[in-house]
Amino acid sequence: MANSTDYLLAVEGLTVSFDGFKAVNDLSFYVDSNEIHVIIGPNGAGKTTVLDLICGRTRASGGSIKFRNRELTAMKEHQIVKAGVGRKFQNPSIYDDLTVFENLEISYPRGRSVFGALAFKRDAAVRERVAEIAEMIFLADHLDQRAEYLSHGQKQWLEIGMLLIQDPELLMLDEPVAGMSVNERRKTAELLNKIIQNRSVLVIEHDMKFVEDIAHRVTVLHQGKILSEGSMERVKTDPKVIEVYLGH
Amino acid sequence: MTRTPQNRLFGRIDGDIAGILILAALLVIVLPLGLDIFRLNMVGKYLTYAFVALGLVLCWGSAGILSLGQGIFFGIGGYCMAMFLKLEASSPEATKIQSTPGIPDFMDWNQLKALPWFWEPFHSLTFATVAVVAVPALLAFIVGLAMFKRRVGGVYFAIITQAFAAILTILIVGQQGYTGGINGITDLRTLKGWDIRTDEAKLVLYFVNAALLIGCILLCLYVRRSKLGRILVALRDKEDRVRFSGYDVANFKIFVFCFAAALSAVGGAMFTLQVGFMSPSFVGIVPSIEMVIYCAVGGRLSLLGAVYGTLLVNWAKTMLSESFPELWLFAMGALFIGVVMVFPNGLAGLYQQFIAPRLGRLLPRTASGAGTPIIPPHTAAD
Repeated sequence: MANSTDYLLAVEGLTVSFDGFKAVNDLSFYVDSNEIHVIIGPNGAGKTTVLDLICGRTRASGGSIKFRNRELTAMKEHQIVKAGVGRKFQNPSIYDDLTVFENLEISYPRGRSVFGALAFKRDAAVRERVAEIAEMIFLADHLDQRAEYLSHGQKQWLEIGMLLIQDPELLMLDEPVAGMSVNERRKTAELLNKIIQNRSVLVIEHDMKFVEDIAHRVTVLHQGKILSEGSMERVKTDPKVIEVYLGH
Repeated sequence: MTRTPQNRLFGRIDGDIAGILILAALLVIVLPLGLDIFRLNMVGKYLTYAFVALGLVLCWGSAGILSLGQGIFFGIGGYCMAMFLKLEASSPEATKIQSTPGIPDFMDWNQLKALPWFWEPFHSLTFATVAVVAVPALLAFIVGLAMFKRRVGGVYFAIITQAFAAILTILIVGQQGYTGGINGITDLRTLKGWDIRTDEAKLVLYFVNAALLIGCILLCLYVRRSKLGRILVALRDKEDRVRFSGYDVANFKIFVFCFAAALSAVGGAMFTLQVGFMSPSFVGIVPSIEMVIYCAVGGRLSLLGAVYGTLLVNWAKTMLSESFPELWLFAMGALFIGVVMVFPNGLAGLYQQFIAPRLGRLLPRTASGAGTPIIPPHTAAD
């Protein structure tokens, strides 16, 4: 099997260009099962674009993305979700007009077709699972509250909870602690350490202290290309990385 | 903790069902007792627009898809019913003075020698009744498929629906040999031998219409209460989040657009039965926008609000047109601006803001779930 890999996610030769500008250029990296892989890089390095490409929001111009040896580049967004990839957006992306319970319920992986959703029953299994996730994301007391009235940090947790209830094998988080207070940041790290059991996580983050706390492996992007890769220790001492981060 | 959503649901059911019962009492008891048959028939006509407004509450209010072409579906529903009635009124005996007896009069005037093929099945009431709902739903499905799968939305979608309304009007007016042209299909007489022009028939049709409307409100309520209803709200807010939660968003939009089309069509068919004709003046851009205004005035987020809004705007229209015909268009424009600027959630919004809290104080239990968010005290912190 020439093309098959043991990696959960294998990105190879990934390229995307917007009107000739290559936002991501011949990028290759791999994510193992149960690995926390962090992507860092200066603004405009193409980090968010990489997540957009994996989850199908942006179409690749070339290269391949294989998830458990299934090619994702040809699949639609909802099919990629069903294959086991969950994505959290940079700004908390939740449904303001619905309650916390309803936000989580919509993400519960059942009744995803039109008529499935019409016939969907809020049974004990759903309620228990929602309660369990709400407990985990510190929102057990807020289930009946409209999501609009949550604090910024609580909204971020809610969206992480919406992903957890999908139980994806690969969880992609775009700056999960941006804009959080110190206290919230600590709780988020605790939450992330809890939820990485039995799944892989791909994180974009700027906060170096936070990255150091959680990362198994770090990829540094610069202008759409990989600048350096390895453990946080190695990356931190790489002269190329130091130049990009401190030289300009 | 796990029981609270249930309690909330029951609270809401109480409020909504009570509201529907009050509306039903108004339509079935108060209005028939208080109005003569001429006015009652007029209310019946207004209520046919309420079907369109209901569809818009789901399509525009819940899902955020503004269609400026609901007149298309209202009209097609009405035409399907009118075609059946016209064929029944065009028996060979009744039309024996025509050069081709047995075909509708307007076809004869346009030198048609035989009934067009697509008119043939409309000899059957069953076929016509199915077509009333199926043809508009199918058209909505095709338009929805073409638009939503390509992720056309917002203003672009609204403009395209408007273009379709214009196209259909031009088509109907232009093909007068097949459609009756600008005059529409007129001189409808009987339904399976039952004369629909008598006062007694108008009274019966009024009640049929009211019952259908209540049935449709209940159906809409079911859809809104289902997870599908919440997904529609979710995709109005954050379409991408819904997509990346594993839903094929386009399918949900197509569904709600078809559903709204089918509701509008039922209204159109009831219009034909009660008013006795159908014409392109109920299909085009202007009536379609008026229908959006009915829904906006009533409150695009409230099913009952949309019904009251339709009744109120049409009543005002009739009153004003009777006394100051030239003022009506200005009043309509002012109303629309007023709704957008001053009370964006329409009558229902005003009710929830000013009346429901006072009712809530009078009746501490029943009015609780009216829609205003209840924030538990402990959540203010953190």
